[in-house]
Amino acid sequence: MRHAFSVRIGPVGFRIGSDWRAPIAELESLYRDYPKPRDGIPDFTVRLFARRPWRRFVRPSVEIGGDYMLPEAAPLPLRQGLLAAEMAMNLQMALGARRYLLLHASAVERDGRALLMTGISGAGKSTLATLLAAKGWRFMGDEFALLDPATGLIHAFPRLISLKNDAIAAAEAAWPQARMGPLMPATPKGDIRHMVPDSRAIAAMDTLATPALLLFPRYGFDAEARPVPPAEAFVRMTQASTNYVALGEAGFGALTGLIAGVPSVAIDYPDGASAIKQVEALWSAL
Amino acid sequence: MSGTIFWGPPDNGLLIAPLDEFTAVYHRASGITHLLTEPAPQILAVLGEGPVLLDALLARLAQDFDLTDGTREALAARLDELVEAGLVERT
Repeated sequence: MRHAFSVRIGPVGFRIGSDWRAPIAELESLYRDYPKPRDGIPDFTVRLFARRPWRRFVRPSVEIGGDYMLPEAAPLPLRQGLLAAEMAMNLQMALGARRYLLLHASAVERDGRALLMTGISGAGKSTLATLLAAKGWRFMGDEFALLDPATGLIHAFPRLISLKNDAIAAAEAAWPQARMGPLMPATPKGDIRHMVPDSRAIAAMDTLATPALLLFPRYGFDAEARPVPPAEAFVRMTQASTNYVALGEAGFGALTGLIAGVPSVAIDYPDGASAIKQVEALWSAL
Repeated sequence: MSGTIFWGPPDNGLLIAPLDEFTAVYHRASGITHLLTEPAPQILAVLGEGPVLLDALLARLAQDFDLTDGTREALAARLDELVEAGLVERT
């Protein structure tokens, strides 16, 4: 393709090709401190392309492609090219990854132990991970935690943090020095702005962590915590994994091992400050 | 039904992970994960030893459980569910 960029995020290498320069330039800038794929060989290829040649210029709209495609995926306007790139990278991971059990969860680490936070979009996965990282936790990822079936350890996947709507201001307040991508208002997911994880998160991206706590946060309610029974946690995590079925036995072993090995807790929280207190209390009680 | 023979996957045909009152069961032949409650895992354990008649299965389970009058019908219903789920086969 005309323009291309490679990057490694945690153990996963990507190559992104594009018909346009702009999204690649944004990726190069935001991912400038990240390593390149090991041996120069990416695991996944992403393509951002114009469906018709003239659509490179006339109301340019970005189609998402790669090794794995969603035929119904709607194109995005070029000004949301960075979002298209991130969505395409997520799509390749979600559909293609076989080496790890993909948990749709954010993750932070302290003392070699990982806190996993999962939930529906808007539950506060990204926000909580960002706020906890500002309090000294190591940021491991805001979208996917990679559970290694062979070891039961968590690999970091610290891609750009995808902040939505209210989370943008909250993260900017917690990380005033952070490098940010362009604000993309009114995308299909609302207002979106990407934030570069802090330098420690990038430098330590190859450091694994032992899962220690599985959290199901829910934003917008009075502070409360309840233990989640193992069977419920198991079912929710099969739903929160994009490749549980594809992994077969390895996925079953990895997930039942995780559920048996760590406590699962659901927390409701009214705001970030309260959530941090709740997390710290749960963590110190482990 | 009393002459019906039931059998399940061999010992290595299932991966079994007790969670709480539920047990997660991975069926190797189909790649499907099932969540089962008592007495389904116990039934599968007995059937894994070899084909049995319903009465023999009842007798075998009676070694581990207090079986009451309604048990036979209840057990037959659980067996039907396991057959439906593809975990148990019958003649």
